[in-house]
Parts: sequence; structure tokens; C-alpha cells
Amino acid sequence: MLKALHEQNQSVTVGVKLKDVNADAPFDTGLEYGCPARGMWNIVHTGFLVPECHEIFVCASNCLRGVVLTAAEMGTMGQFSTITIRENNVLDGNMEELLIEGTTSIINKLKKKPKAILIYTSCIHHFMALDLELCYKTLRKRFPRIKFTDCYMNPIMRKSGMTPDELMRRQLYSLLDTASKKDNGINIIGNNLTTDDSSDLIRLIKKSKYKLRDITYCKTFAEYEEMSKSKYNIAYLGTAKKGLYDISKKLIQEPIFLPISYDAEIIMDNLKRLANILNVDISNFDFKTSEAMSKLKEAKEIIGDTAIAIDYTFTPATLSLARLLLDNGFNVKKIYIDTISEKEILEDLKERYGNREIVFYPTVNVMMRVNDRRQKEKYFALGQKSAYFTDTRYFVNEVEGGGHYGFDGIKKLAENMIDAYKNEKDTALLIQEKGLGCNCLL
Amino acid sequence: MKQIQTFTSTYTADVSGVPSALYELGGMSIMHDASGCNSTYNTHDEPRWYDSKSLVFITGLSEMEAIMGDDQKLVDDIVKVAKKLKPRFIAIAGTPIPMITGCDIEANAKVIELATGIPTFGINTNGMHSYVEGASEALLHFAKAFVKKNVSKVKNSINILGATPIDFSINGQIEYLTSFLENNGVKVISNFALSCDVDKMILAGSASVNLVVSSVGIKLAEYFQKEFNTPYIVGVPYGDRMKKDLLDKTKKGENTSEVFLSDLSKSYKDEKIHIIGESVTSKSLAKYIYYRYGLTPKVISAVELGNTYHGDIVKDLKVRNEVALEKQDMYIEDEDEIRDTIKNAKVVIADPLYKPIVPDNAIFINNPHEGFSGRLYRKQMINLIKELK
Repeated sequence: MLKALHEQNQSVTVGVKLKDVNADAPFDTGLEYGCPARGMWNIVHTGFLVPECHEIFVCASNCLRGVVLTAAEMGTMGQFSTITIRENNVLDGNMEELLIEGTTSIINKLKKKPKAILIYTSCIHHFMALDLELCYKTLRKRFPRIKFTDCYMNPIMRKSGMTPDELMRRQLYSLLDTASKKDNGINIIGNNLTTDDSSDLIRLIKKSKYKLRDITYCKTFAEYEEMSKSKYNIAYLGTAKKGLYDISKKLIQEPIFLPISYDAEIIMDNLKRLANILNVDISNFDFKTSEAMSKLKEAKEIIGDTAIAIDYTFTPATLSLARLLLDNGFNVKKIYIDTISEKEILEDLKERYGNREIVFYPTVNVMMRVNDRRQKEKYFALGQKSAYFTDTRYFVNEVEGGGHYGFDGIKKLAENMIDAYKNEKDTALLIQEKGLGCNCLL
Repeated sequence: MKQIQTFTSTYTADVSGVPSALYELGGMSIMHDASGCNSTYNTHDEPRWYDSKSLVFITGLSEMEAIMGDDQKLVDDIVKVAKKLKPRFIAIAGTPIPMITGCDIEANAKVIELATGIPTFGINTNGMHSYVEGASEALLHFAKAFVKKNVSKVKNSINILGATPIDFSINGQIEYLTSFLENNGVKVISNFALSCDVDKMILAGSASVNLVVSSVGIKLAEYFQKEFNTPYIVGVPYGDRMKKDLLDKTKKGENTSEVFLSDLSKSYKDEKIHIIGESVTSKSLAKYIYYRYGLTPKVISAVELGNTYHGDIVKDLKVRNEVALEKQDMYIEDEDEIRDTIKNAKVVIADPLYKPIVPDNAIFINNPHEGFSGRLYRKQMINLIKELK
């Protein structure tokens, strides 16, 4: 008799002990699995940060399905349209015509014309060598009052060149024109989430003579356009770094990269560097260092030796966070991460904690589908994927660093850990919502 | 203009139809795709993803592999995982880029089958057609590989064909239908393939009648008719009268030649009532409304039924339309054309994501369909087989 072997939980060896992790190739690659944690933003969510815009996706129907329902779940279907590619378009080579006439048809049917249109082309266009220049030139001529920009849904490029995520964070600002005259503005760019007002970064900027601009503050397209007047651009997420330099070059602005970190020395270096650029006197500035460390100590007293799991969606500085927690006595046991960019920190962790039972796990490896999620002990998780994989209801539900930064970010982290440790959550409900922080109609 | 959705959604695609149909059958479904198909499938097309561990993966196709035509990597990666996980079968579904690069999915499947000894199906989806194509092809492959030949017919017995969550969600409709049939003396041999039992599916050839509950089941019904001489009836029994019809026709067994649905055309009056959706479920609803209220809605079948990768498009469409639809009904996929067709409608019954193209003065009745709006309105989905009287 046939038995459904796949339904059985299997205890499989997927993880790699910290001391054995190879930073360049931590895990086997091959077929990939997608776990049901959906809080990370996708290119639809990010595109809608441009106020008063309309998104048009051009692709085969299987690709359109995911993005159109992202928009539907956000409640933004009124600003979202699609153009379906069929075999005849591939064979006839009329991709340009389909895009131009399709976009024209959509615009003509919209009662309220958008200020900007983000057109997302896809892998097929890349392979068919679509003449994008012709498409945009024609559309700009037909609709001179609407600004158009090129966005991309081309996951086939995620292993070569800029990833779709990096590209999206750059193209988000491609609707800005170079301003000949700059003002005393300073932009934070490349974030989906608003940086906390209480963060050291924002407080420092507000102490300066500079006016802060961020796409997450913009309610109108005119406000968004003001960003081109700023003198400086700041980015702190790794996925925004390439875009930071490209945008700054195009808009003739000064790029400042202040990478997110949980390391006191790096945080302080970043803030001092910024203070120097903005000419802010920090001799009496309260960086909240002791407040942060005191709150972290309080969290440790409450959480004790409970096993902790962290994943890469919680913060891009995943290993920096792991080191902070280990250095402060927390019992970090599992780290879910597919690729490792913080190589120096990994080597440091190996040297100092290599004898501990800390195991690294992939999230996309197919064996994670059958790996038994049930744990022998209680787990406390930082991030949605680690909450799913450790099957816990106690987790901090944040993505992409949560908009926290600096010492204030560490304080917020500790506060959130205390709250999450004390209050259980409905993991299945929360982590399946798309785009944490966006509207979700589910 | 065709191929444009200015205001509405798009239906689940063929590539998602494959794993959806095979989800509970103990196999391993692989979408030959870069990324995106997996999250679309397991977020919007697969309500069982969180709680059960079916093996559905992507190949993670890269630009370089596509350009170089590196099918060996596809084969090696699948063989490696198959040897570890030992699925009952392997199904490989194509997506747009493999279609463009001319990847021979069926040949690769044969190579994998030889290397693993596991039955392997290459399904030529390309992400450009509806779930009906992918799901029906997938079930057909499964039936050809696993359903036993030379079995004796069981009198007054039935298979339910074409049940997937894409058309029936997970709100107990198929379970209720099964209980209803069993409680009324009809033995349910198997169901293809929602809340199903694989060991019973291999005995599907013994059923005296097949019941097709969605377009997904039509190809399978044709196969069973040809191979096992099993007649089929088409429709979802909404309401008491349709349930009675179903029992009567099932009991006729091998002699039945009547298609359950198609008898509204003589009574049809243009009452400006439109049902938009998948053809079999929509037509069944139309028939329920006729029985219950004496009204004859027109069905707009918006889910593509065609089959472009097996040749005869026109013939295939004709067969399926004849099975599911009548002359007053229409097969329209394009948003503009649907909008134009319903511009004078008095009542429209459709998924809520169609609402933006429904005239303001028409009465709009929500009928959420996972195949169109995914999980968005799942909580509002009613077990129509149970609740309609």
C-alpha cells in the first residue's frame, strides 16, 4: 500500500553549527521552498510609497496573479492595473505595441489621472529585448502631464546584478528630476518603513539646520518631488546602498551610507560622522547609550536562558544583532539566514562562541519543508520566519529593522522583546499577512 | 483592448493549477521558475500551505541557466531531492522563461524518471493560461499513472472529479457532498482531489458514474469514459432539487447519457441576470436559481478553457463549452468585453473583485472565488452545496 511519506515530520539534518559555517556557501543550493511568512514588503508595496501614482504590471498571468492580489489585499486596486502577455505576443514580437497601447488604454479609462505611473516589466521583456526606450518615449509624448518610470519584476536576475529588491529601492526615486538649486534638505532613502522619531539618527538631524525628507512622509507627489532639492541622501539598509550612490549621482546630491548595526562602536561612528557632516555639536547630545543597555539588561532578566531564534527578515544586520544578544548573555541558539554578508562578524562569532550549540539554518532549502518544527524547549523568536520554524507564539513581529536605529533602536528592541516574551501571539494569523506595516484587508 | 485588466484581478494560472490538483497525493511538484511562482501559489492559490506539508518547490532558475540552457542543473537538483524525500511521483510544471528558451519539460521528466525510478510527469504549462489547464493535465497524468485497470464496476458508485481549493476553497463543500452521496446510498469511490484518499483514487475505474464539479474535471472524465467506459455528468448540486437530480442520474448508472446541467436554454429569457466565473460552478448556480426562482441567468465563463499546447484549440474549446455552457451563455475573458456585456445588467453575481466594472444601478451579489480573489474573501465563502436549499 502506498503511504504519504511527505506528510510525516522528518528530523533531517539541515542546520550547520556556527563553527562550521562557510560564509561564502553556508548551505546546499538547488530546489527552493517558500515558507509562509509574508511580512516582508514586495515591489508592489514599495512602489505605492510614491504618492498619487498608478502601478501597471506587464507579464504573463501567473506573475500578475501575485502582484494583483497584493494590491487587492492592500486595498489599492483603484491604482493598479495589469497587461497580460500571451504566446502570440512572444511569437509576433509585438511586446512594445502591447505595452504602449495597453498603458494608453488603461490611462484613458482612469477617471482621475495619476501624477505618475510605474510600469513594471518582467523577465520575458528582458529575454525578448523589449525596446523600453521606445515605449517610454512614446508614452511621455502621448501623456505629457504624467511622469512614467521603469520598474522591474524580473526575479530571474536575483542571482546576477542588482536584485529586484535593490532595483526597486533605486527606481522609487527615479521619478525625481535633478534640481539645479539645492536647499538645506536631507533625505533618508531606500526604506519602506519610517525611521523612529526617537531614534538617534532623526534626533541628530532635527538638531541640525537641515530639513528631513523621506518618501514615507510624503502625502502628495509634490512633496515627493521636493526630495530632489535636498543636499544629502542618507541610506542605512544594505539593499539601498547601490541605489543611494546611483540616485545621488543622478540628482547631484551627497550620499551618506550609515549601515544599520547593533554594535555600539559602529553606531557611534555613524552618528559622529553624520554630526560632522551636518555640523552638529554633540558634546551634550544624549545618545541614550546607558538607557539602551539598561533596558537590554532588564530584558535579559525577564527572558533568562530561554532559547532564542533570529532570522534575516527581522533585521538586515542579523549577525550584528546575534552578537549583541550573545554578548549580553542571551541564549541565542538558532539563526535562519540563507546568505551571509556580515562575514567579519561571523568570524568573530566563531572565535568567541564557536563552542556553543548555535546552529545556522537556511529558509529556502527544501528540507525545511519537512523538518519538524516542534521544539523540545520553549523558543522565543525575533522575526516571522524564525517564529514559524520554531513553532512559537512568542516572537517580535517586525521586518527590515522595524524602523529602529542606533542606541534608541537597541532600547526599542529590548522593550519589544519584553512585551513579546510576556504576550503570546497568533503566529499563523500575523505572519501570513503581506507587507507588515501596510494596510492589509485580510 | 484585449489582455488589459484596468480594474479587476486575474485568474489563477496553469502553473499553480498543477500543485493545487496534486497537493494531497504524496508527490513532489516542481515549478521551473526563477522565483515568484512559489509565493504566488502558496500565498494566494493554496489555502493548505501553512498546515500541511506537501512538497511544492521551485527550481530557482537563474538568468545564466536560462541563457545557457542548463537543463542538467534542473535534472540534478530534482533527482537529488527526490532521492532524499522519496515522493510517490514528480510533476514538473513550466513557466514563461522555460517556454521562451524552449526547455523540453517532458524530456527532462523522462530523464528524471529514469534516474530515480519515480513516475515523473512533465506538464507543459507556461504561466499564460488558466489553472484549468494545469490542474486538469496534472490529474490526467496522475490517473494514467496510478489508476488501476481491469477493476470491476461497483453499482451505484461515483467519483467526484475536478475538486480543488481554487474552485471550492476549504470550507467543507466537497466533504459535505461526499457525505450527502454516501448518506443517500451512493458509494463515493474517490474524489480528484480535495480532502481525498490516494488509496481510493487508484480504484477510480470501478465507479459507475463520474461527477464533474468543475472545468478541471472534464478532461479526466473524458479519459475515464474512454478507458473505463464510465459515463459522466457535469454539475454541482446546489439546492434540494439538483441534489435529487444527481441521485436519480447516478442511480441510472451506466445507462446515463444525460449531462446534468444543460437544460436551461429552452426556458431562457434575457432577464439581465449575469453570473461571472468558472463555467461549471456558475452554470450550476444558474440552474439552482432557475429551479428556486424561475429565473434564467446568463453565465459569463471568464476562466479560460482553451488548451493551446496540445494542438486543437477550437475543438477543445467547443467540447468544453458544450459540456458546461449553453447557447445563451458566453465565454469572455477580457475585462472590457465583460464590462460591455453587463452594462445593462440588473443583477450580477460574481467575485467581489469584479465589482468595479459592474454598473452602479445593478444589484451586485458577492460570490467569492479563490481562483480570482485568492484568500481575500475566504471568510465570506459559503458552503453553497450545504446551505442552498
